[in-house]
Amino acid sequence: MHPFQYQRTETADQAVAAVAQDPAGTFIAGGTSHVDLMKEGVLHPSLLVDVSGLPFKQITAHEGGVRIGAGVSNTAAATSADIRQRYPAVSEALLAGASTQIRNMASMGGNPLQRTRCPYFRDPTQACNKREPGSGCAAIGGYNHVHALFGASAACVATHPSDLAVALSALDARVQTLGPDGPRTIAFPDLHRLPGDQPHRDTVLAHGELITSIDLPAFSGRSHYLKVRERASYAYALVSCAVALEMNGSTIGRARVALGAVASKPWRVTAAEALLAGQVPTEPLFRAAADAAFADARPLEHNAYKIPMGRNLMVRALLETNGLQPLQGPAGTAFAASVGGVAGQFAVPR
Amino acid sequence: MPATGKSLDRVDGRLKVTGAARYTAEWEVPGLVYGAVVDSAQARGTVQSIDVAAARQAPGVLAVLTHDNAPRLQPIPEKIGGTLFRGEGGITETSQPLQSAAIEYAGQPLAVVVADTHERARYAASLVRVSYAGQEPDLAMAAASRKTLPETFLGNNEEKLQVTVGDPTGALAAAPVKLERVYESAITHHNPIETLASIARWEKRNGADFLTLYDTTRGLEILQEIMATSLGLPKESVHVICPFVGGAFGAKGWLYAPALLTAMAARVVGRPVKIEWRRQDMFAVAGHRPATRQTLSLGATRAGNITALRHDTLTHSSQSSGYTEPCARVSRMMYAVPNLGFAHQLAHLHLPSPCPMRGPGETVGGWALECAIDELATELNLDPVELRLRNYADKNPETGKPWSSKHLRECYARGRKLIGWDERNPRPRSMREGSQLVGYGMATTMYPAGRKEAQARATIFADGRALVQSATHELGNGAYTIFRQISADALALPVDRVRFELGDSALPPAPTSGGSTTTATVGPAAQAAARAVLAALISLAVRDAQSPLFGATAEAIDAREGRLVLKAQPGTGEEYGAILRRARLPSIVATDGAKPGEERDKYSFYSFGAVFAQVRVDEASGSIRVARLCGVYDVGRLMNPKTAHSQIIGGMAMGVGATLMEATHYDARNGRAVVRNLADYHVPSMADTPDMQVEWLNIPDPHISELGARGIGEIGCVGTAAAITNAVFHATGQRLRSLPLTPDKLMRT
Ligand SMILES: Cc1cc2nc3c(=O)[nH]c(=O)nc-3n(C[C@H](O)[C@H](O)[C@H](O)COP(=O)(O)OP(=O)(O)OC[C@H]3O[C@@H](n4cnc5c(N)ncnc54)[C@H](O)[C@@H]3O)c2cc1C
Ligand code: SF4
Repeated sequence: MHPFQYQRTETADQAVAAVAQDPAGTFIAGGTSHVDLMKEGVLHPSLLVDVSGLPFKQITAHEGGVRIGAGVSNTAAATSADIRQRYPAVSEALLAGASTQIRNMASMGGNPLQRTRCPYFRDPTQACNKREPGSGCAAIGGYNHVHALFGASAACVATHPSDLAVALSALDARVQTLGPDGPRTIAFPDLHRLPGDQPHRDTVLAHGELITSIDLPAFSGRSHYLKVRERASYAYALVSCAVALEMNGSTIGRARVALGAVASKPWRVTAAEALLAGQVPTEPLFRAAADAAFADARPLEHNAYKIPMGRNLMVRALLETNGLQPLQGPAGTAFAASVGGVAGQFAVPR
Repeated sequence: MPATGKSLDRVDGRLKVTGAARYTAEWEVPGLVYGAVVDSAQARGTVQSIDVAAARQAPGVLAVLTHDNAPRLQPIPEKIGGTLFRGEGGITETSQPLQSAAIEYAGQPLAVVVADTHERARYAASLVRVSYAGQEPDLAMAAASRKTLPETFLGNNEEKLQVTVGDPTGALAAAPVKLERVYESAITHHNPIETLASIARWEKRNGADFLTLYDTTRGLEILQEIMATSLGLPKESVHVICPFVGGAFGAKGWLYAPALLTAMAARVVGRPVKIEWRRQDMFAVAGHRPATRQTLSLGATRAGNITALRHDTLTHSSQSSGYTEPCARVSRMMYAVPNLGFAHQLAHLHLPSPCPMRGPGETVGGWALECAIDELATELNLDPVELRLRNYADKNPETGKPWSSKHLRECYARGRKLIGWDERNPRPRSMREGSQLVGYGMATTMYPAGRKEAQARATIFADGRALVQSATHELGNGAYTIFRQISADALALPVDRVRFELGDSALPPAPTSGGSTTTATVGPAAQAAARAVLAALISLAVRDAQSPLFGATAEAIDAREGRLVLKAQPGTGEEYGAILRRARLPSIVATDGAKPGEERDKYSFYSFGAVFAQVRVDEASGSIRVARLCGVYDVGRLMNPKTAHSQIIGGMAMGVGATLMEATHYDARNGRAVVRNLADYHVPSMADTPDMQVEWLNIPDPHISELGARGIGEIGCVGTAAAITNAVFHATGQRLRSLPLTPDKLMRT
């Protein structure tokens, strides 16, 4: 492991100043993503500024919605009654990800900032523009089973792996930050970047910019998250989908839909959202929306399966959110989110 | 009441769950320093130069070994104990680490950096710069430039790899019903939770070099021999220690570069060295189950008698290993087929060396066969169990020998009851549960019931306790437990008065723990040693005027409940300890061994079983879940139903992994393993593992040994894949012929 300094800080200002003054400095929260990458030789920070002691550990009511401190653990957020009841998509996304042990360590600020699972990113001997700008992209022309359908570039075809981020995008959460130039608010769908020719920059955050909270705006509709994966638990999504649905009588007022694991950011399908607004919810309508959502998918050599899988998933997520089909498990749990359920006689344990 | 046959808890369970069991990387050796390995980014070519200047300057670095300065090694022997090591069909790679600039696979070790801490060694390793003269690697089986037809598996003349019995070609042509299908399986890795590790310490003993090696091995004696020959030492000058293996599943037995690198590094720096491999390295140096492409051709009568079977395999190995996945192992013996042919073609690729993995040949070869049989049943409109019964083999079809013990019919009958086979609607795609399709499938399973030779030593102490020792291995298999039970019975002592020790090459030799042979091999050796020590004790007693047994003949004496007694007068006798104490002996020791005899020429030894699966398929997403797995096994007499149950369900769970999710992809351009971590290489989680109903017939094998016990390590893994795959067909009407059955395989654009 490369030598590094480790520093604990008491205040957000100190933390920001410490990282800002060291070009190779980074924050560290739960460390579940960061330390792995250091051990794999992918990241070599010279300074780790531990933000897990900062006072951002509350879940509070905020402007009719909920403010989740960046230091709240994934477990605490997922099991908060407020979030489970009002934003089940958030609980479902969190609980369908990683494992209990990891969620206990992982923070709400760190989760959306975890790095891609593109396997080439994790092998320092392989070309990867995200890891080493200018070195090339081994995934293009390589094994690109888990890679992007949308928004990719000739420099990078990686996807973002966070389940939580997909739910936050559909709910138009807001990210509060404190940077070297002061605080600002970022609309969640604007947090992550498309790769373009700078795939090493995952987000719009400046160096030393600290997430202090994630705010869920007031929302009275239904939300839901669905995830397909290669094993029943403890696996990243092949494709996922978050829906935030507000009805207006018997027609759809507003439907927001974000797809996960298909782009370098949660992929909001605005054309499909427009198609849904004002319509009576039916399966054919949802199919048409899903077709629209995937109309400009650009598959690579090994990931074309994501198109039919994603379409079917989006239809199902809409049907289940709307209530036209039952949830697979209790709302706000991993069972509601897990397509296929678990092994054993019942898809949801009884 | 004998101890064998009882569900004794694992005697090492507490040590394991409290962390007190010492695994290889955990030995504290004074003066220990640490090695970190630099591996090849390319799959083929030569190392042009290695710039180690920066690494050498890095803090704490003691040495950097490369092919330029590493000690020279003697070649791997041709054969050890009848097993072919070199060449086509051999078990291991002949290229040894750091002996030349040649690169044969990506991930090949090119340098070892030794430093005073693990972290400093790793950091310095990241500073080593290699320049390559690369060449286009051979990475695809079909297009490989070097393909061979190995004659035997591991040099065993009983296991030929290219065989024709009768006239399969003619019979296929003449058959009224024919079927030819291609099945493919992916590369999979054993991925034991304990990664590879070695600690090597050199010292002078009587003026000569002596090597102590702690290693994650399930083959103490072979490793000892390989180290000795490679390093130019007498075998007695190498001591290998491994009391606990953290899972092996076929790894940790047949590839020696990790241990050799550690020993070389320790020799160069003159201090004990540890190399602990990282998870990502396991995808290069630990071995794997190779990919296969298998063509199954079946010919049958309309009534369902299989008249011809061909099973042709294309598989791959590395540049220097001839290991050939023996895919026809099930096909050659399972059904009464008069015309049988199989062939194995081996493509030598620029990939790491494969090695056996739980059910080598049986797991993926048996999968292909049992899927093809299921396809034939559909073709003939016959119940899959019925088709198998119509072709039931009453003797081994290849050799003509009778089975030592076979009760497969009972397994089928019981299994179909357990799963509710006859209540299902046999029509494919006819069963649903909510939005999911439901299906049932079954397969026959088997495993060869091997037995080898082993030695053991038994000691009875003056306090009446006993110790039995043999250089076998505890790899999670329950060896400490069942050999304690077997020893206790043979010594006529309660289990809590007997200890069993293993994992040390200084103990009486036992073979590599593999091929599900450990119980049948070491059990009789422990019995023999126990009897020998009792015989010694008897002769002590009958010569002792103060003994109540004085003057009796050995035949008149029996051992019962820790006492030697007269058979005719069980009241007359005395405790073991009393005899020793009077003789002023702290203990009495005897060593003896056991090996198979001519029963091996007379009978064909196999375990059998039937596996039934129920699956749920979510077609819209391609997700498959195993709802139920029932297995009924005919594995001889059980030594311990509890550890046996663990072995079998562990095997079945591993079968679930091979079926649904496990696959390693090597980059098609540079041969690097693409995924190298356990977050993205999926093994079954709890949520993928259904309740598994396991039953056994518990009928002793009258010929294998007096214990009547056959091995059970692998049979659980075999059969599961085909049962699940066939159930997916029943659920969906789709035949998936490529493992693993990941969701993408079911998606149609
Ligand atoms: C085996 C495994 C399986 C997993 N499976 C899943 C899964 O299925 N789905 C899923 O969504 N996730 C999964 N994860 C990822 C997991 O959710 C993340 O690792 C975790 O959420 C990251 O949180 P952390 O606090 O540990 O972040 P850290 O590792 O501490 O940090 C991650 C990044 O965020 C930065 N950072 C942290 N906090 C802040 C802050 N307040 N402001 C600015 N920057 C900050 C760090 O500098 C770093 O770059 C898995 C992880 C593992 C190891
Ligand atoms: S897809 Fe992106 S992350 Fe993956 S190798 Fe290419 S540049 Fe790197």
